[in-house]
Amino acid sequence: MRQTLAEKILSEHAGRAVRAGEFVIASVDVCLVQDGTGPLAVRQLQKIELERVAHPDKTVLFLDHAAPSPRKELSNDHVLLRRFARKTGAVLSEVGDGVCHQIMPEGYLSPGDVHVGADSHTCTGGGLCAFATGMGSTDVAIAMALGKTWFRVPETFRIQVSGKFPDGVYPKDLVLHLIGMIGADGATYKSLEYGGETVDAMNMSSRLTIANMAVEAGAKVGLFPSDEVTREYLQSVGRGDAFRPISPDKDAEYERVIKIDVSKLEPTVSFPHTVDNTKTMTQIRDMDPVKIDQVVIGTCTNGRLEDLQVAAAILKGKKRDRDTRLLVAPASRAVMTAALKDGTLQTLIDSGALILPPGCGPCVGVHQGVLGDGEACLTTQNRNFVGRMGNPQGFIYLGSPATAAATALTGKLTDPREVI
Amino acid sequence: MEKMKGKAWTFGDDISTDHIAPGRLFHLRSNLPELAKHVLEDADPEFAGKMSKGDFVVGGNNFGLGSSREHAPTIIRMAGVSAVLAKSFARIFYRNAINVGMPVIICNTDRIDAGDELEADLDAGIVRNLTKKIEIPFSPLPKVMQKILEDGGLLNHIAKYGDFNLD
Repeated sequence: MRQTLAEKILSEHAGRAVRAGEFVIASVDVCLVQDGTGPLAVRQLQKIELERVAHPDKTVLFLDHAAPSPRKELSNDHVLLRRFARKTGAVLSEVGDGVCHQIMPEGYLSPGDVHVGADSHTCTGGGLCAFATGMGSTDVAIAMALGKTWFRVPETFRIQVSGKFPDGVYPKDLVLHLIGMIGADGATYKSLEYGGETVDAMNMSSRLTIANMAVEAGAKVGLFPSDEVTREYLQSVGRGDAFRPISPDKDAEYERVIKIDVSKLEPTVSFPHTVDNTKTMTQIRDMDPVKIDQVVIGTCTNGRLEDLQVAAAILKGKKRDRDTRLLVAPASRAVMTAALKDGTLQTLIDSGALILPPGCGPCVGVHQGVLGDGEACLTTQNRNFVGRMGNPQGFIYLGSPATAAATALTGKLTDPREVI
Repeated sequence: MEKMKGKAWTFGDDISTDHIAPGRLFHLRSNLPELAKHVLEDADPEFAGKMSKGDFVVGGNNFGLGSSREHAPTIIRMAGVSAVLAKSFARIFYRNAINVGMPVIICNTDRIDAGDELEADLDAGIVRNLTKKIEIPFSPLPKVMQKILEDGGLLNHIAKYGDFNLD
């Protein structure tokens, strides 16, 4: 059939073989809204008296962006979502359960699903080979109620990845490198499809990190194949039955093929105020030192157990710089529990970290670490736009958990290879 | 659709949804009239107070990148903007704008300066810069989106047909 992963999954959901460029009505398996977008979605359905959901057990309302709520207005939004969940039977993910894009693969998504969410980083689900994409409140509200939506089938960029990651270089560096190379609008409307020997060997945590940032290149989805890694991950979260293998056809047609040899990559950092404003540590070494006031490790991009473990290994037995705050937000309750059991959290606390509740943490600028005027933050999150962390006078740098940990130790942007 | 006429407000490349409806105002998302008073505040603090009904927001590349927050195009529309013009749009913002009945036009904005008088004719696919006396053509929306916009947005479309009716 010569189909890409995107064409394959959308064909199954449109009930016919479809090609890039076609408009289709597709069935939707899994939906999410969160506390920033859900209230509008609910009100839209109320307006047209369509307050119902097609698949209650696969429709999840997340309280994660303002969790626990810092203001009465947001508390009232939470009340609205809790009421909607009770009325329709949709699932409510409570304050403290975690970030939507971590809970979805842990508990709800299966390979080959179509998943729409009122959150731009819904594309994270592509790590599990779900056609997962972000939309606005009204689009997702209608998808929740009717169990379907319309799509234009995207063209695909194949990202062919080879080589072994050098010490200190991580999947986050790979995806920052890619976005720096093609630009923040380099893949607008496209599907990014990852493959190659390095992808085959990549664990689910890494795949979710890379898929999470597809939207930062403008892409609609960031898809990984469903393979043995996927099977093992689903088994590890108690959902082995959800597995089925999916791969693109060997002769699938790609609009563009981008080859990346990760053995040539360096730790990479996005400078303010766009994700594609990337610099390598070699470039950073030649610059004036960049003082960092706050380090954040967590979010839907890099808040998984493996991320916290990487940071803890660097911080073990050491203390954060006295002038640099270190905030850690595990992505979910399961991540927090695992990091508690294996000692990772204790190591981080001993190094001077403050542990935040599972959730979005300070990434959205609502609470838990809003920057002061002129302050700089190195964070493992996915975007660094003006005002993103609650203050348009703040400066946001993006990097891997290793870069974040190394930076917390010195108080300035630091190459993790200097401290491992 | 009737012709739209107004003044240009220019914003340049990479205007994000955080510029339009920032996270520090997250608590106003259920109070859209109040949020609309801050529209585009972090890109141009004077815009919301000084723009007139019917004016145009003019961007460069990748307008609306970032979040899926539909509040962004919604408050631009509520402020009275007649259309957003840009060389390119981020995917989610573009789709959201149509869903909330906010016209978005992909065209060359290089020859539009702040304060220029513009007229947009959606049916003819032409933006006229009346100040510079030039015409800027643009491609029509895909049929599916044209239909949703004509119905007054996605909610009205579904209310009218009870389902998608996009063929």
